[in-house]
Amino acid sequence: MARAVVKLPSTVKRGEIVEIRTLVQHAMETGFRRTQLGEVIPRNIIRTFVCAYNGKEIFRAGLHPAIAANPLLAFTTVATESGTITFTWTGDNGFSVTESATITVE
Amino acid sequence: MSAGSRARAVAWIFFAATQTVAGAEIPLEERRSGYEFMSRDTRAMQDDDATNPGVFWVLDGEALWNRKAGAAGTACADCHGNARVSMKGVAARYPAWDAARRRPVNLEQRINMCRTERQKAAPLEHENRDLLALTAYVAHQSRGMPITIAPDKRTEPFLNAGRATFMRRQGQLNLACAQCHDERWGKKLAGTTIPQGHPTGYPLYRLEWQSLGSLQRRLRNCMIGIRAEPYPYGAMEFVELELYLMWRARGMKLETPAVRP
Repeated sequence: MARAVVKLPSTVKRGEIVEIRTLVQHAMETGFRRTQLGEVIPRNIIRTFVCAYNGKEIFRAGLHPAIAANPLLAFTTVATESGTITFTWTGDNGFSVTESATITVE
Repeated sequence: MSAGSRARAVAWIFFAATQTVAGAEIPLEERRSGYEFMSRDTRAMQDDDATNPGVFWVLDGEALWNRKAGAAGTACADCHGNARVSMKGVAARYPAWDAARRRPVNLEQRINMCRTERQKAAPLEHENRDLLALTAYVAHQSRGMPITIAPDKRTEPFLNAGRATFMRRQGQLNLACAQCHDERWGKKLAGTTIPQGHPTGYPLYRLEWQSLGSLQRRLRNCMIGIRAEPYPYGAMEFVELELYLMWRARGMKLETPAVRP
């Protein structure tokens, strides 16, 4: 089971811009590399990242073979209401990781 | 050019070509971790546990620490308890003397000795993900602590051998470690700044590797760079070199898991 680390402030003021940082454990094997015997190492990457704020999608990213291992994504959103922010990474070979964080808006 | 100055020039070239590396070690107060040679972005990546990918290995290591392994069915935690207490400062004094083998052993070797002798499990290969994770977890407990390689009569010959390896020219490029890391640190090797080569953050996440790696992996990289045949993983020469490098970095703070470009 891959690990994910998410960082965002737990308490913010209404209307404040919040920075969210996400890091997920994944090899991001490109599919272009070969073993020393010349066999292609099959592609194994994360394809999609989705972030939802109280169930509503606020950020989506498509990932491709040139993206580094253990991808780090940082983005911002505006704090509108208290609730849960969920993060989902999906990819090749049925890869799926979900992480969530709570945010309190004052 | 006069005959005299030509003779002097020839003599100088002869001198430069034949001199051995002087071995001018870096004064203690001028030593700097590789961290200080990095870009602001890479430093920020290391500093924040939410962006430092090395943290994944530390977390994996914590899980392995508590997992039972081997025929003996014991976990590291069964003997050593809470690593946050028992392993604090341990990595800062490795490689350390092993009385049974009558030689210094590094942290990876110590972990494998525990596996084979106490847990009755198969030893983990070098650069194996689990071995890196356990090493990172143990070394992480010493983050922020100064490296303390104590003077020891028993390890002294090994430390001296490590120093000799560091000072010795080798490979097709005929370069010694000291020529870059003692004499030319801070200058450029192509686009990158040459660091002083202090092992303050191992095992560390190297962006070039896209993974965590051990000090021996890094040393092998350098040896390939000077076109020398690298020693095999676990070779005594590497442990001696590790011991010398840790002694050379004595007093500097451990950063495990560090991030390097």
